[in-house]
Amino acid sequence: MTTTKFPLTADTDEGVPSVLDRIHEWVVTVDHKRLGIMYIVMALGFLVIGGIEATLMRLQLAVPDAHFISPQVFNTLFTMHGTTMVFLMGMPILAGFANYLIPLQIGARDLAFPRLNSFAFWITCFGGLLLYSSYITAPALYGGAAAPDFGWFGYAPLTEPTYSRGNAADYWIIGLIIVGFGSIAGAVNVATTILTMRTEGMTLGRMPLFTWITLVVQCMILIAVSPLTAALILLFLDRSLGAHFFDTQAGGSAVLWRHFFWFFGHPEVYVLMLPGFGFVSEIIPVFSRKVIFGYPAMVAATVGIGFISLSVWAHHMFAVGMSPAANTFFAISTGLVAIPTGIKIFNWLGTMWGGQIRMKTPMLFCIGFLFQFLCAGITGVIQATVPFDWQLTETYFVVAHFHFVLVGGLLFTIFAAIYYWFPKVTGRMLSERVGKWHFWLFLIGFNLTFIPQHFAGMLGMPRRVYTFLPERGLEIWNLVSSIGVAFQLAGGACFVWNLIRSYRRGAVAGNDPWDAWTLEWATSSPPAEFNFAKLPVVHSRRPLWDLKHPEDPDWQYE
Amino acid sequence: MTAIPLPEPIVTPWTLPRRGPVGMLLFIVAEIAIFGVFVTTYLYYIGRSLTGPTPAEVLHFPVAMTVSLLSSSLTIHQATRALRRGATARFLGFWLATILLGAGFLLGTAREWHELIYEHHLTLRTNLFGTTYYALVGLHASHVVAGMLLLLIVATFGLAGRVRPEHVERTDVVSIYWHFVDVVWIVVVSVVYVIGR
Amino acid sequence: MVGLALGALALQATDTVSSIFAPVSTPAMKEADLSKLVLVLSAIVFVLVGGLIAYNLVHFRAPAGDQRTEPPQVYGSAQVEAAWTVVPLLIIVVLMLATARVIHEVQAAPQPPNAVEVTLIGRQWWWEIRYPKLGVVTANEIHIPVSDSTVRRPTWLTLESADVSHSFWIPRLAGKTDVIPNRTNRTWVEPFATGTYLGQCAEYCGTQHAHMLLRVVVETPEQFARWVEQQRKAPAVDPAVEQGRRTFLGTACISCHTVAGTVANGRYGPDLTHLMARATLGAGVAPNTREKLRAWVKNPDDLKRGALMPAMQLDDEQLDQLVDYLLTLR
Repeated sequence: MTTTKFPLTADTDEGVPSVLDRIHEWVVTVDHKRLGIMYIVMALGFLVIGGIEATLMRLQLAVPDAHFISPQVFNTLFTMHGTTMVFLMGMPILAGFANYLIPLQIGARDLAFPRLNSFAFWITCFGGLLLYSSYITAPALYGGAAAPDFGWFGYAPLTEPTYSRGNAADYWIIGLIIVGFGSIAGAVNVATTILTMRTEGMTLGRMPLFTWITLVVQCMILIAVSPLTAALILLFLDRSLGAHFFDTQAGGSAVLWRHFFWFFGHPEVYVLMLPGFGFVSEIIPVFSRKVIFGYPAMVAATVGIGFISLSVWAHHMFAVGMSPAANTFFAISTGLVAIPTGIKIFNWLGTMWGGQIRMKTPMLFCIGFLFQFLCAGITGVIQATVPFDWQLTETYFVVAHFHFVLVGGLLFTIFAAIYYWFPKVTGRMLSERVGKWHFWLFLIGFNLTFIPQHFAGMLGMPRRVYTFLPERGLEIWNLVSSIGVAFQLAGGACFVWNLIRSYRRGAVAGNDPWDAWTLEWATSSPPAEFNFAKLPVVHSRRPLWDLKHPEDPDWQYE
Repeated sequence: MTAIPLPEPIVTPWTLPRRGPVGMLLFIVAEIAIFGVFVTTYLYYIGRSLTGPTPAEVLHFPVAMTVSLLSSSLTIHQATRALRRGATARFLGFWLATILLGAGFLLGTAREWHELIYEHHLTLRTNLFGTTYYALVGLHASHVVAGMLLLLIVATFGLAGRVRPEHVERTDVVSIYWHFVDVVWIVVVSVVYVIGR
Repeated sequence: MVGLALGALALQATDTVSSIFAPVSTPAMKEADLSKLVLVLSAIVFVLVGGLIAYNLVHFRAPAGDQRTEPPQVYGSAQVEAAWTVVPLLIIVVLMLATARVIHEVQAAPQPPNAVEVTLIGRQWWWEIRYPKLGVVTANEIHIPVSDSTVRRPTWLTLESADVSHSFWIPRLAGKTDVIPNRTNRTWVEPFATGTYLGQCAEYCGTQHAHMLLRVVVETPEQFARWVEQQRKAPAVDPAVEQGRRTFLGTACISCHTVAGTVANGRYGPDLTHLMARATLGAGVAPNTREKLRAWVKNPDDLKRGALMPAMQLDDEQLDQLVDYLLTLR
């Protein structure tokens, strides 16, 4: 088995391939590793764009009554920021990791349907470009914003033709339908791979936790993203053919849209967060030098979260005026979903307990995640107490909560994953020194930005406002929140610098720089195109532990 | 280093389900969720149109269409059975019968819609009934059309004599999809022509 | 820690600061009481679990140098799993019991016969306010009588929307309730202290959602009665402002606005009959002074970008006369 250089070069008679040849290879590839990298690079690009949108918003909100950005432009910023971060950053980057890692972790050579894989990536890319082209190509009336400006959840009837004139909404709808097809295609592919292509000996009970979590997430995508696609089709019928699905003047229901959207929207946030849990479940054991505590409980908790999360959606609608019985039901289901989530946190703690914790950059980001996600989970349960939620919903308290989940939680685990698997993908280590700068700057910046927002919400500041009035007690919280952005930008800059520099000049990694235990570390760094020359046979959840500790293999204890 | 030495022999052979059918079944899960939204919308809006016409006034239970489509499930099942046993001629016969029955269903839909539009003036924008009816029945019909395309592709290869028993996994995939489309029709008929009227 | 934060927040409540921890009305008080239980339990969980994480990091940190032996591998423990499943479950049960009780108390409260009834119609980007039983129509500013522990007199609001979804929220009076087209929602407040309480729309509704502000003026029963009486009178016709009145009635103003006793009976914009009885303009975007009123009429977009009222293209003289007229609408 040969070690190939990264990026893989084509065999040509002329010798070194030209730039065009190399681009062509990447464009036509069906190799899961390359497509995985493409997903991740695309998502990081959208992370930067979404971050710029957020920075502009925080500049406008740093002081009351600012005139830095007009309301029309501001409203497009929060819409595009949310839509971008969820659909063009979160989903694709996690699809990229799944793409890259799953075949390696289960001992397969590629995904089940390689051409479908390529299709899914390219239409995701296309959908994102279509959505962003609205900034240039979607003229609205009154010279206002061209991009969509009705919030990432697009509540009807604001999105109906009467109130969203011009074509901005259509770009949003079609862009999201297309991206949704990409997600569904990817989910079918990855789930089929896990169910039908595991290497010999890898029963479902011997899969790495990241693989298990990915399987549950793909099933959730199938069940949750589809309703959004359907609702978007209904909305598009309203806008293009004069249907009345959400046309309140014709007897249509605005609340029906909310039910459909949140039936998608809530499982969606678990679709986003669960893979992060998967990363953490791989990284914490390796950096604590211990097997994951309670593997069966972790699997059960994941499946439990998957099921329960389908029953909580109306906790986004506590102020809509549902009956006391309905409000109580959703309060209880929301409270219940916290239990398996808490179990996971405790199991990670149990893994670290009695271990030898190595404070390398991947582990630092996992630690930041633990504290921040604990916060996020608690503010989530706080909002499940409905009457308190009647004060907190639609305010900056909610904004703080979900940024703690998605930035303090998910983004931190994504950083951890990149620091952990970059050596496998490129063959080089990221710099620990720069990584620590990245971590601390981002940790400080994130907390400075989002902790004050809890207080702004409790003092009456609703969300999606382009400005706020002076003398409402909101100035200090907004100012500190905006200052935090500078630290996050600095941390992000360190990260980009680390990626670029280490790609060329990082220390050579070798096959297994972290002394880990899952199958991907048994390949070269980067892996050969075919992954494994001979497909491995496994007997436990940690095949490499068995190899490294033949006197004390895992299969004696499982 | 890719092989791990065996400490003890593995007794049972390692077999996992086939990719094609698993992939199609997962895709159907997503489709169920999509149809679920359309069906829920239909049910929610029953009786809430602000103007006429109403379902009772203009809808007739589609007997011929239903018989046609449900029989096509039988014929496609016979076709894949035949192919599995190597009877390629029988397979082709039943497969083509499936296509004919599917076409009959679509013809029935076209006639029904023609009557609704030109005689009863019911369109997507007339009222909530029109909106939800055309959306749900139309979504199903579009899935029948997609299925017909898959059937025709296989038929083309079949008529060229290129479909052999080793391809049964692929015809199974199309067959699973076609059965799904039929089951959805049963749901649509119950919701639109029974409950909704 | 939590108490400190809460205290800090509550202390901050002033005339213009709307802290949810400084409630003056029954629903808001019940919600704040529940919040105390929730926040205390949350703080305990955070300190305990956060402390465990911190302890872990400090106590089990790998010593410097290369480690040759791995620590003992512990695969799990059924008892421990049970413990940390059951304890959180109990906490959730306690929270949910309290939650269900307060949901019922607020949502299933009966409306007493002496309740003041207000119909609030949300519009892009202002609030139409009607008192159906009292025959009062105004905008953006609600006046209600204070309640008393001996003679309880809450105000019940019927919430409707003329266009998109909005949300009614005055933090110190009650939690928010959405205002949704083609749907009627009901909510109630019962303030025990007079004063002016500020709130704003809490559901994104378009360009100027941020300036769809709302004020509730809670008055003594006598003050409230006087206000109602004043609101029901048609304004006196002052001959000094006749020119301005002619301009008003002759321009397109009347197609959107109503002034009782004149031909102006438009419903698209706020009722102007008692414009000067209100403290602000443009749903709170500016104080109701001569200067701001003139600026508003000249070009509403200057004060509230994207506002749906067009500039009326009046010259300076017409503008001054018109404003003089509007100032008489008390």
